[in-house]
Amino acid sequence: MIIQQISVFLENRTGTLAEVLATLHENNINIRAMSVAETADFGILRFIVNQPDKVEQVLRKAQFALRVTPVLTMILDDSPGSLLGRIEKLSTAGINIEYFYAFAVVGTERARIVLKVDALQEAEQLLGEFEEGQHREKEQETDFYW
Amino acid sequence: MYWNKTIETMEHEQMQQLQAKRLRDVVEHMYQKVPFYRALMQQEGLLPQDIATLADISKLPFMTKQDMRDNYPYGLFAVPPSEIVRIHASSGTTGKATVVGYTKRDLGMWSEVMARSLTAAGVSKQSFVQISYGYGLFTGGLGLHYGAELVGASVIPVSSGNTARQISLMKDFGTTALACTPSYALHLAETMNEMGIDPKSTALKVGILGAEPWSDKMRNQIEASLNIRATDIYGLSEIIGPGVACECSQQQGLHINEDHFYPEIIDPLTGEVLADGQKGELVLTTITKEGMPMIRYRTRDLTVLDRSPCGCGRTLVRMSKVMGRSDDMLIIRGVNVFPSQIESVLLSLGETSPHYQLIVDRQGHLDTLTVMVEISEAMFSDEVRRLEMLERKIQTELASVLKITAKVRLVAAKTLERSEGKAKRVIDNRQI
Repeated sequence: MIIQQISVFLENRTGTLAEVLATLHENNINIRAMSVAETADFGILRFIVNQPDKVEQVLRKAQFALRVTPVLTMILDDSPGSLLGRIEKLSTAGINIEYFYAFAVVGTERARIVLKVDALQEAEQLLGEFEEGQHREKEQETDFYW
Repeated sequence: MYWNKTIETMEHEQMQQLQAKRLRDVVEHMYQKVPFYRALMQQEGLLPQDIATLADISKLPFMTKQDMRDNYPYGLFAVPPSEIVRIHASSGTTGKATVVGYTKRDLGMWSEVMARSLTAAGVSKQSFVQISYGYGLFTGGLGLHYGAELVGASVIPVSSGNTARQISLMKDFGTTALACTPSYALHLAETMNEMGIDPKSTALKVGILGAEPWSDKMRNQIEASLNIRATDIYGLSEIIGPGVACECSQQQGLHINEDHFYPEIIDPLTGEVLADGQKGELVLTTITKEGMPMIRYRTRDLTVLDRSPCGCGRTLVRMSKVMGRSDDMLIIRGVNVFPSQIESVLLSLGETSPHYQLIVDRQGHLDTLTVMVEISEAMFSDEVRRLEMLERKIQTELASVLKITAKVRLVAAKTLERSEGKAKRVIDNRQI
């Protein structure tokens, strides 16, 4: 399933992450998933929220440099090997993963994955076929945000 | 010791007569040979015969670096191209360099003023002169080179860079005179210490140091660490290169070779000519140049003229060490850098209104330039790889335009300091 991820530029100095989080908090936004990629000088905060349009407006108003990127998500069983099969499916098709992050929620027995790939539509289709092969139902967007 | 005693100790009245005659000649030459300059005079309703005395010079319009850009590359040449025997250039603001051309006689004059400067600094036939200014389009290396050869010194044309090699050559060849930027002289001393060589143990006696502003405090530091006499030399490629003015043994200002370069001091805001002793912008007229004369060229360097007698016996007017600039030009490792050059690089990379700030520092004795660029949404990416590519791309472009390496740092949008809505472009942390 394809959903919208928001990324924000973070300068490498104390308090920059807190500034973004405070802005989200003031607007009562809950973050579903996030990761930070960092270099010596800067970081990129990437996250998933259930109201990306609103968050985009809020952060832009607060003058953050941001980008909205479509990314691929998966919900899978929190069990050994469940990720492997899906990733193999992508790599066999020659799809390159730019980055990904994952999180499991205690008590749900489900893990959630966010993937940035170079061939988004193709990857989504492949994973849909994979789910069908596993006789699993296609996930709904609302399931991801739970 | 003088190189040209007649000129260097000439009575003021006699010098003025010489200058007035040469001024008339150069104005006539420019009017006849350079259509751009003729139009400039016509705009002011001036004919060459209107410039009869030295005082008449104030009727003439100023020339600026912009005139050189507008006439790129050869529009200001006052002789047929076949008469030009050398071309030098400095990096330009929008990729266009400022170009200067010399005739054979111009090169002779340049060597002459350099020979005077070197002699005043204490260089002689017996000296071994190591030239650590860059050779090439930059005027520093070749300017010093031909002057030192004319003096008859043994010239060691090392050019810039490779500090360890500079030091071993200095020791092995018995260098007695060093020509480089003042900050590089300090860097050499420091590197010698690191290599376990006593900087005072070399045969060095004098340094001919220029291409960047420096203070008396820095002079004391250089003289103490290398055990030399550190002499300031001044020049700019638009006028000739190094050798426009140079200090003598008294170190009380730089004697301007005013039989070739007629100096005025103006108020940089009004253009009004100021009296000797008042601080203002130096304006120079090349009264003997053939290839590309400049008339009332605004150097943007701030200084003071002093006509009081000098202990060395020279009567040539003295200018104080350069006290600053009347524009925003920075001198970094001897290289002229305009903030607008950085802006044009950012613009060329597709940025509509780049917000940036330049941080200039001196680490050890070498200048560093960091360009802070505010990230815009157009530049931003969710991929680290792309942002790092952008940083490298800016860095490569800057290096090719500025001719020096700058570190690029991306910073968050709207975080760079702005004063009264106007961006504060430069933070210079150097203690010169």
